[in-house]
Amino acid sequence: MFRSTRTLAALAAFVCLAGLTACGSTPTTDGSSTPAPAGSTDDACASYAQYGDLAGKKVTVYATFIDQEGTEYESSWAQFAECTGAEIAYEGSRDFEAQLPVRVEAGAAPDIAILPQPGLLRTMVATGKVKPAPDTVAANVDQYWSASWKAYGTVDGTFYAAPLGASAKSFVWYSPAMFADAGYTVPTTWDELTALTEQIAADGVAKPWCVGIESGTGTGWPATDWLEDVVLRFAGGENYDKWISHEIPFNDPSILESLNEMGKLIHDDRYVNAGIGDIQSIAAEPWTDAGYPIVDGQCYLHRAASFYQTNWTTLDESLVVGEDGDVWAFPLPGLTADSKPVIGGGDFVAAFDDRPEVQAFQAFLASPEWANAKATATPQGWVTANSGLDASLLKSPMDQLAFSVLSDPGVEFRFDGSDLMPSEVGAGSFWKEMTAYFAQDKSAADVLAAIEATWPK
Amino acid sequence: MSTAKSTPRERRLTRVERRLIASKNRLSSPWASGIALVIAMLWTVPTIGLLVTSFRGNRRQITSSGWWEALAPANWGSFSLVNYETALGAQNKLGDYFTNSLVVTLPSVLIPITLALLAAYAFAWTEFRGRNILFIAIFSLQVVPIQVTMIPLLTQYVNWGLEGTFWVLWLSHAMFGLPLAIFLLHNFMREIPRELIEAARVDGAGHVQVFLRVVMPLMTPAIASFAIFQFLWVWNDLLVALAFAGNTPEVAPLTARLSDMVGSRGSAWHLLSAGAFISMVVPVAVFLALQRFFVRGLLAGSVKG
Repeated sequence: MFRSTRTLAALAAFVCLAGLTACGSTPTTDGSSTPAPAGSTDDACASYAQYGDLAGKKVTVYATFIDQEGTEYESSWAQFAECTGAEIAYEGSRDFEAQLPVRVEAGAAPDIAILPQPGLLRTMVATGKVKPAPDTVAANVDQYWSASWKAYGTVDGTFYAAPLGASAKSFVWYSPAMFADAGYTVPTTWDELTALTEQIAADGVAKPWCVGIESGTGTGWPATDWLEDVVLRFAGGENYDKWISHEIPFNDPSILESLNEMGKLIHDDRYVNAGIGDIQSIAAEPWTDAGYPIVDGQCYLHRAASFYQTNWTTLDESLVVGEDGDVWAFPLPGLTADSKPVIGGGDFVAAFDDRPEVQAFQAFLASPEWANAKATATPQGWVTANSGLDASLLKSPMDQLAFSVLSDPGVEFRFDGSDLMPSEVGAGSFWKEMTAYFAQDKSAADVLAAIEATWPK
Repeated sequence: MSTAKSTPRERRLTRVERRLIASKNRLSSPWASGIALVIAMLWTVPTIGLLVTSFRGNRRQITSSGWWEALAPANWGSFSLVNYETALGAQNKLGDYFTNSLVVTLPSVLIPITLALLAAYAFAWTEFRGRNILFIAIFSLQVVPIQVTMIPLLTQYVNWGLEGTFWVLWLSHAMFGLPLAIFLLHNFMREIPRELIEAARVDGAGHVQVFLRVVMPLMTPAIASFAIFQFLWVWNDLLVALAFAGNTPEVAPLTARLSDMVGSRGSAWHLLSAGAFISMVVPVAVFLALQRFFVRGLLAGSVKG
């Protein structure tokens, strides 16, 4: 423990020496934080003075981020720990969603848990152990996030959890080189996308789409994202909201139309499953690997979230993600060129304790200073909807693209619907039936009717 | 008198011996050996595949072809240690977790064996009221699934202020291991001929001396076989460690680190192949070292002579 704390401190010091912005000597994009006089040695800590002296205090944080990602989070708050004297004890686990309820139930809840979706927040609030967010957090969220983001962290009128990271899911990955060779251009409307799909199939070099929805016990979720994207386009934002809150039935005609539109692209033997197999293979292909045929020139299009970029470098460290690189992404087009519908997700900071140091850390996590520190600590694969973030600090072009999408006021943003539906549906029948749609060739109408039947009364 | 007593015993032994010889013949027929060999090979194939995969480099190389294709001599050049380097490297620090695993495992094996030996002796060789009821109660505790104990146990640990330390793991593993340990060791102990114990008592030995001088030396195979069971169970445990101690670098065992190595979104599974072999080293070594006891110990209490 001591050793790793020292390493982090050394790392933070090194970042300062290297003249990067993590030390926060100049507040970046806004005037909210106290400007510090340049050049003095206490600069680095000036913007942390508002959190007070927390020496000897300890805040435990529990989240899903592990490995490299976990280290990036730890270094993002190393400066906070350094300046306030508080110890931030971080613990990440892949079994977070199973372990957190056990710990909360047993009275061993962490001070702060970073929840990967609002549905879990609702479950946790129902235990009565989550503390409402303090005013400092609410003030930051009001200033830097849109009202809809604040609403995702609100349960029954009480604001509990500030958003932290975010992801934009409506992207289509492709190989710029393959597009250039074949003379294809990036589509800007749905019709262009459909035409491109037909064109690729007609040219016959490879099938257009590669899709994979296998994800262990979560098999099917990538297909729910697909459908949500199409629903947002064909049924519209208003119907999307009604669909999620069940004001219209799950198998409303507008949803059926959307699923059929989706099927025209990825439930057609001529178009899928590029480089992998037939339609059935979609259900068995791991979502983590489904885009890989692009690298081998066997697939042209793969719809996946912005965070899929780390999967490319996992496949091969030498792959370059960028407009002129090996792989790049374009936003999944809307029906018209000027509509920009986007599905996204995000994680939320819930507190199980209201000690001053916990609340101070909560406020810090909701501040632009933290977002900037996180951007500095992350080589790729992280973005936030915090509008106070200095976009130039994001190192990867994909993160910058995702941030530009998330912070664009012209974008019609909707939260990932399956995360907001009751878990019987959003983490149950929706996944299963979408899998059956591909694996058993179940008809679109039957799929939607079966999901509707499981909606809790 | 002594001859009259020994005659039936000899006849009985011969019958057992005949049965043993017959079954030995049946088991060592060429057919049986052949089938055993095929099963063993089939069972080993996935492990070999994993071993080969662990040397095949990054995801792209692994997914480009089947692992068996890498075995062709022409492809030998593609083998690399890069996965092992990543797994053992600074980022993963498997070495630290290796130590954690040892610290968790050794007491978790020693505590239940010590307690179970004493309990088994009491159940086997002392008379007290309610002995059978108590023994059945302990034996039937094996039926309780670990999962239902989690929340109450963790609540208790939190009340004692023990959560997040090695103590919860030692205690939990000892608790979960004790019913089987007591049952196994008790059955083995019952088979020590009563005459032996009585002779020692006649010579003036108390319970402590009987236990240490007579019973313990005879128990080695049973102790070794239970030690292997418990060692493998604790070493490979992930659930108990995560639920009670948590996933912090201070206490998390190798398995917890291993399951995290695939990355937050599970995309780096190629590292698991190397990690799996690193974590397998110790259990395999323990098993090979104790296996001659293991086969004998497995029969503990199962064959009435």
